[in-house]
Amino acid sequence: MSGALRTVAPPDAAPLRRPVGVRVGWLIAVVVVLVLVVMASVAFGTRQVGFDEIVGALFGTDSGDPLGRAAVTKRVPRTVLALLIGAALSMAGTTMQAVTRNPLAEPGILGVSAGASLAVAMGIVFLGLSDPYEYIVVAVLGAAIASLLVYSVGSLGRGGATPLKLALAGAAMAAAFTSLLSAILLPRVDLISTFLFWQVGGVGGATWDRIAAVAPFLAIGALICFANAKGMNTLALGDDLAAGLGANVGRVRLVSAIGAIVLCGAATAIAGPIAFVGLVVPHVFRLLIGSDHHWLLPFAALGGAALLVAADVLGRVIARPEEIEVGIITAVIGAPVLIWVVRHQKLREL
Amino acid sequence: MSVGTIVAGRRRRQRNRMLVSTGLGGAVIVVFVVSLMVGNTFYGLGDVARVVLGEEVPGASFTVGELRLPRATLGVLTGLAFGIAGVTFQTMLRNPLASPDVIGISSGASAAAVIGIITLGLNDTAVSMMALGGALLTALGMYLLASRGGFAGGRLVLIGIGFAAVLQSVVAYTLSRAAQWDLQAAMHWLTGSLNGATWKSVSPLAVVCVVFVTLLLVLGRDLSVLRLGDDSSAALGLHVHRTRLLLLVAAVVLVAFATASAGPIAFVAFMSGPIAARLVGPGASLIVPAGLVGALLVLTADLVGQNAFDHRYPVGVITGIMGAPYLVGLLVLLNRSGGAL
Repeated sequence: MSGALRTVAPPDAAPLRRPVGVRVGWLIAVVVVLVLVVMASVAFGTRQVGFDEIVGALFGTDSGDPLGRAAVTKRVPRTVLALLIGAALSMAGTTMQAVTRNPLAEPGILGVSAGASLAVAMGIVFLGLSDPYEYIVVAVLGAAIASLLVYSVGSLGRGGATPLKLALAGAAMAAAFTSLLSAILLPRVDLISTFLFWQVGGVGGATWDRIAAVAPFLAIGALICFANAKGMNTLALGDDLAAGLGANVGRVRLVSAIGAIVLCGAATAIAGPIAFVGLVVPHVFRLLIGSDHHWLLPFAALGGAALLVAADVLGRVIARPEEIEVGIITAVIGAPVLIWVVRHQKLREL
Repeated sequence: MSVGTIVAGRRRRQRNRMLVSTGLGGAVIVVFVVSLMVGNTFYGLGDVARVVLGEEVPGASFTVGELRLPRATLGVLTGLAFGIAGVTFQTMLRNPLASPDVIGISSGASAAAVIGIITLGLNDTAVSMMALGGALLTALGMYLLASRGGFAGGRLVLIGIGFAAVLQSVVAYTLSRAAQWDLQAAMHWLTGSLNGATWKSVSPLAVVCVVFVTLLLVLGRDLSVLRLGDDSSAALGLHVHRTRLLLLVAAVVLVAFATASAGPIAFVAFMSGPIAARLVGPGASLIVPAGLVGALLVLTADLVGQNAFDHRYPVGVITGIMGAPYLVGLLVLLNRSGGAL
């Protein structure tokens, strides 16, 4: 079976680094896209607002329509949250792919987000938590336990943690976590609808308080990941070669994984489990700018932010006046990418 | 090896399979009867027997005849359908992980059914048809995407996980738009449950089960041949593509109807085949034992979910929780036997 996967045509071999001109060019392109989607995110929605109104609402100078001002003040935190969550999930995915050397590693597929959701539910039901900080801490713990479980189950058997086994272990664990979640929620009817809503994954309930609560965690997680960029590059050479070059393979893996878990747990606590952002973005940028993590991580952050904001705008626009949660949109965008990766990449290792 | 040894071995395996199947069948009957007796009110064996034979027993006639009997029957039928469809997929794709619930076919059926119920407001029959269409489309799409350059089971599984993710988010989205009073039904479609089983909802599944289980039993021999690989099967005179298509369609129909009437009961299709394989041993056809294991799993899980806790849990929650330790066990066993995934 793994033989069948290995005989798939070789990947569109991504080099370590593309020329500086290419990278800077893409950087400019990504920043431009990011600015455009952010503007779109503030402007579009159930009620469209014009540029004057945005400026007016932001600087308190306008005398215009109060509805427009209300829309802007609601959409700005939402956009900021989408930026943060997108960047966090995408960096978490990049790091998980590097740590497991597995092109399918991603918080959603590996069941890490499901673990975080279960932990939040247990915290609310059994410990009576209500504060965003507490949610985040519990979610990070849940994500950590889930990662540990999935990785140990996935690396059982011959050949260690192959992409197929990890993905299956993740899918099975996610299903088991979801069953436990239903077991906890079913007797408590009052919580079900809240949870069904949260389970879909969205940034619609953004407030500045929540953003302030989650930002420090995301910053810490991002710093940990950036600090390990060099280590992740050496991991890509394979454990033996990396150790030969003087890298402490175990420590790099552990510390990077902690960074990814903090990012993904905190993001899930605030926005619900949003799948596939962490899968799509790193693959795109590995092709565009190369696989050097010093560049890949910041690009992934920018690209993830842009993708999530764009998905959020799309969700608001296509079903007006209703909204489609961003988690649905990312799944619909992301699954084709997963299928593409499976069909075209050499699945053995990164 | 003399012909006599082969014949003796074959006979021994057949006897072994018969023995295991009889044992499993007995266990299914025992659990079935127990689930008729146990519940809010306990009815003795005599009462249950009289109701089943059609006598009028005050109280018991309604509780046993109209509530517990259809529920237990639905449990047996869905278990059979999931177990047999699961083992068909697993054998055909030569991969113990490639069961219809893991690779998104159940999700295809649920997504179509949920859209049918909540968005379009259809009735039972139409919903079953939609579930069937959803499952068939999903299976077809995956088959086409995975079959490029030879049929690779591993790729199919991974593509299936992608399909499952999208379809589950479709289910979640549709449900999040449902009215509050539909939440019970919503959880039904997320986890799978036997609640609300009536004779009217059981009968279409029963007809489908009879037809397609028979078909799969007839095709069982070809299924065993397919296990040898495409080239060897063709050399043995099998129309590989036609046989695979027939098996696939029969298994998908079973999954679709079972899902339409009880929701995607987690992991039953996934677990039944390998459990049956361990009980029966190598070389035998697994269709009958796997179906019985499936029925036993669903009945037992429902009995536990209904009676063991303060709150009544749907059957899918119980089987879902059983799934994780089961997967760990499966991987450990595969490791010991040297099989690579």
